[in-house]
Amino acid sequence: MTQEKIHKIILNIIAEIAPDEDISNVNPDVRLRDQLSLDSMDFLDIVMELRKKHGIEVPEADYPQLASLASCGKYLLPKFQEKGL
Amino acid sequence: MSNLSRIVITGIGLTAPNGNSVGEFRANLLAGRARVAELDVRHMGRHPAGVCDFDATRYQKRKELRNGTRAGSIAIYCAREALAASGIEWERYDKSRAGVYVGITEHGNVETENEVHSISQCGYDTRFWTHHHNPRTVANNPAGEVTINLGVTGPHYTIGAACAAGNAGLIQAAQMLQLGEVDLAFAGGVSESIHTFGIFAGFKNQGALAHHVDPCKASRPFDRDRNGIVISEGGAIYTLERLDEARRRGARIYGEILGWCINSDATNAVLPNPERQTECVSAAIARAGISPRDVHIVSTHATATPLGDVQECRALRRIFEGCPDTFINNTKSYIGHCMGAAGALELAGNLPSFDDGVVHPTINVDHLDPECVLPGLVVGSPRRVERVDTILNNSFGMLGINSVLIVGKLC
Repeated sequence: MTQEKIHKIILNIIAEIAPDEDISNVNPDVRLRDQLSLDSMDFLDIVMELRKKHGIEVPEADYPQLASLASCGKYLLPKFQEKGL
Repeated sequence: MSNLSRIVITGIGLTAPNGNSVGEFRANLLAGRARVAELDVRHMGRHPAGVCDFDATRYQKRKELRNGTRAGSIAIYCAREALAASGIEWERYDKSRAGVYVGITEHGNVETENEVHSISQCGYDTRFWTHHHNPRTVANNPAGEVTINLGVTGPHYTIGAACAAGNAGLIQAAQMLQLGEVDLAFAGGVSESIHTFGIFAGFKNQGALAHHVDPCKASRPFDRDRNGIVISEGGAIYTLERLDEARRRGARIYGEILGWCINSDATNAVLPNPERQTECVSAAIARAGISPRDVHIVSTHATATPLGDVQECRALRRIFEGCPDTFINNTKSYIGHCMGAAGALELAGNLPSFDDGVVHPTINVDHLDPECVLPGLVVGSPRRVERVDTILNNSFGMLGINSVLIVGKLC
């Protein structure tokens, strides 16, 4: 697993939960909310999809770590690696 | 009601299993075209059901469709279509003066069943229960989704009234307009019931679920061989306004709400009570300030259950015997029972009679049940009549709720 692969995983989730969004040019270093029309329920959807698809838990206190693709990659990489992914 | 404001219909939006606009719906009713599909119901196998095919993406984003409910989507489509028909300049309208009143038979069963099914796939682990569950299943959901979509900031709520709900939504709206609570009401009824196996199973185990080799012939009110209800989805939302304001803006007026009644059987959870139905119809006629002879179309509730149809016919016979200009029909024979939408949809199917002077028939009656013989029952083919000035719309529901709405042609 790499941070870049995690970016793709997150983008695929966004494509599923927010299908109207154009995700072709998402800047990894800019907050997702500043680039896409996502609200707090959408972030809960991302948390749910990580749980369903990858068995990864994101505690509520860590939700700010999902702000951008870059922060997702950095935060989630050890969690994916713990799963042997 | 002379001292109260007169309330009129200025727009109609609908989706029925056989039409996604008033024009399409009406054309199919006059052509005798039923549209009932065979639906694969979870845990239940295939059953006849009325399925709507409106374009939900016309007024909603795909994310909204994913997060919202089918009932909400039906309500949004119908409300938007009604608004378009009304000719109201929505961008300039004071949205705090609009209200949304949507009749429902039930709400939340679909979403709850889906979630229970979903977590059953992962050992009933509730960590996988969606956070969308509560906003989807609160009872005001279908009306609330309309307010979010349209930006309505006035009141909204649903009116839970079993299968009497379509009329009840319209009655609530008329009352709120008369009270001056709102200037514009989006009102009617919706149903997403075909997406819950529980309703199918409940009716089946009650011996009230229709079956037929041809699904389009499964809903057969008044027929000797009827065997129950075809469950359907659908919706009809109207824009209602006070007459003076509708006239001021030069609105097209589809009809005037002349009178209504809602009462309760107070006898049984499922068995209808013709005494109370008779009282409800009579009270609505009295409130409208007319006599039974002035009613030109009676749109029946009859759902094709063996007892229910006979009971309603008994009630109607008492009131409309000796009324040569009263004609009676049934719309469920085309589309099944649209539950919370039924009353509002069936009224919409009849309203064009004010203009074309034709009463659409009850279809699927191969052998009229002798106990359902009614003077003026229109069977098999449309009937052109001398005049249609008044429509009386019956809608009854479980727990003994009866609703009757009378709409008149504005002369």
